[in-house]
Amino acid sequence: MQFGIFSVSDVTRDPVRDYTPTEAERIDALVQIAQRADEVGLDVFAVGEHHNPPFVSSSPPILLSHIAAVTKQILLSTSVTLITTNDPVKVAEEYALLQHLAKGRTDLMVGRGNTVPVYPWFGKDIRKGLHLALENYNLLHQLWRQDVVDWEGEFRTALQGFTSTPRPLDDVPPFVWHGAIRSPEIAEQAAYYGNGYFANNVLAPNFHFVPLVNLYRERFEHYGHGTKEQAIVGLGGQAFLARRSQDALDTYRPYFENAQIYGMNSSLEEYKELTPMSVGSPQEAIDKTMTFREAFGDYQRQLWNVDLGGLPVEMALEQVELLGTEVVPVLRKEMAARRSPAAAEAPTHASLMREKYGDAAPRRPRPSANRGDNVTGTSPYRDGDPAYRPNYPQVG
Amino acid sequence: MDALGQSGTVLRIAVVTAGVSDPSSTRMLAARIAEQSLGAVEAAGAAGEIQFVELAPLAVDIARSVTSRLTSAALEEAIATVAAADAVIVATPVYKAGISGLLKSFVDVLDEDLLIATPVILSATAESSRHAMVLDGQLRPLLAFMRALPTPTSVFAAPEDWGSPELSARVRRAATELAQMLISRVGERITDATWAQHRHGFAGRAVRAERSTDLDFDTDLMRLATGGGASHPAGGQLH
Repeated sequence: MQFGIFSVSDVTRDPVRDYTPTEAERIDALVQIAQRADEVGLDVFAVGEHHNPPFVSSSPPILLSHIAAVTKQILLSTSVTLITTNDPVKVAEEYALLQHLAKGRTDLMVGRGNTVPVYPWFGKDIRKGLHLALENYNLLHQLWRQDVVDWEGEFRTALQGFTSTPRPLDDVPPFVWHGAIRSPEIAEQAAYYGNGYFANNVLAPNFHFVPLVNLYRERFEHYGHGTKEQAIVGLGGQAFLARRSQDALDTYRPYFENAQIYGMNSSLEEYKELTPMSVGSPQEAIDKTMTFREAFGDYQRQLWNVDLGGLPVEMALEQVELLGTEVVPVLRKEMAARRSPAAAEAPTHASLMREKYGDAAPRRPRPSANRGDNVTGTSPYRDGDPAYRPNYPQVG
Repeated sequence: MDALGQSGTVLRIAVVTAGVSDPSSTRMLAARIAEQSLGAVEAAGAAGEIQFVELAPLAVDIARSVTSRLTSAALEEAIATVAAADAVIVATPVYKAGISGLLKSFVDVLDEDLLIATPVILSATAESSRHAMVLDGQLRPLLAFMRALPTPTSVFAAPEDWGSPELSARVRRAATELAQMLISRVGERITDATWAQHRHGFAGRAVRAERSTDLDFDTDLMRLATGGGASHPAGGQLH
């Protein structure tokens, strides 16, 4: 099972110090947080994609490729990559390039995004958000699995004989998680492809996402990827920890009360009772996280948000340390002790390589000589299928 | 269940009242309507029961649910009572030429499909008869949005109405209308016949929503989810 952190990259005024970081400071802080997570042995660092202030992560693949260069073992992911407003061709290209640079230490989570004006900024219609998410992922899936793609859909220019480059590392596409909000169609798509399904598990009552996760599990089995118990489930959460429970409450309270996102009408005590948020001692976070397993079944990835709402970077780094040194080691043992032997491990590049190739050598595509176009002839790769013929556009 | 009363079913009448004082004239009016309705149901040979949902004690919980999506156990229980009801009596005071904001906020946190074809009596109290149209002009459209089935008669009570036999007559008429709707099972039949044609949130709170985990996988969106599309046959393959 993987444990890690995810950030939305908000730049928020620290209400205690009355200090708003610059964008430059926040970007540096995100890199530091990822590095510390790597050092303390967390498995995953994920960052969101936003196109409006006060957020700084407009391009997760750029941020993550830098982080890949300054970390050693941690897997880099997104929370989420906007599959609605991005061109799936660019997503395919950028995340494949990132996968090469990170030597396979990367996957991604696709989601719709909930900021209404972002859609028109990118020429899209939010009323078609679900259609866009579904169709764009269908194309992304194909672009990473076929060297040459002919495509026609509702939302983007048709493709004729298109090759997304570079091909995925070892010809093994990055693993994809689908972010859950409320649509059963997204659960269905994740299940159909055998991809992961991630419920952010924040800003909602405890166990709110159980029906959707159960639907995904049932459909995963329906499509023959394994049993319900073998489906690939991820959960979010939030944590603010201190060795003494009361210190955590006292320190975190001004940040909680300043954050509009929590509705500003609940006490911190109520909020941590009613939602998956952990505020307290490491043991309390451990106990709460174990309840996730009880409700959702064995799962593969647990991410916490630890830097939202203006926490100074030193405090966020301390949170990462507490998670890495006091919470996660215990959770690894406790989860493993209760885990069904049938439950799947979290997919990684190494496990996907084994699944695809066993002990055989992986495919590492080498392009043929440049023909100046990508439409005529056979595959642009030396090991391509010589029988392939493109589906020419009908003109006139 | 065809003829009510033979099946042993107890018809549940939920009374949602937004009165805030104690004693509240809004609650008193609602109780009168509820008793009359129960009497009318029983006169038709059916059994019924009344459950009160008082909104005033839930005011903070409702406000929190509006602003943060968090619903307290007490509010969940109130919503569940309304969801499970065969009929609902709604009673609100009139404030500033409108229904109580508390009632509107409560309706705002209900699932959109929670009241589909549920028979409802609309009732209100006010300090002046000049507010009489608030019920039919404002509350009726709200219940129309919820696709509920308001009785033809609404019950409005200004101070001068409390001593008038005409108020009792209107209460009786509304109660009779509600009982007729319940006994004819018109709401249930409409729901049976149209449920699939309404929009539903997945795993919502409507009583029928729990049964609807038998999702329809044969929709355009579901086909799109499984690799199909405008120009691609479903399951066009790529592994």
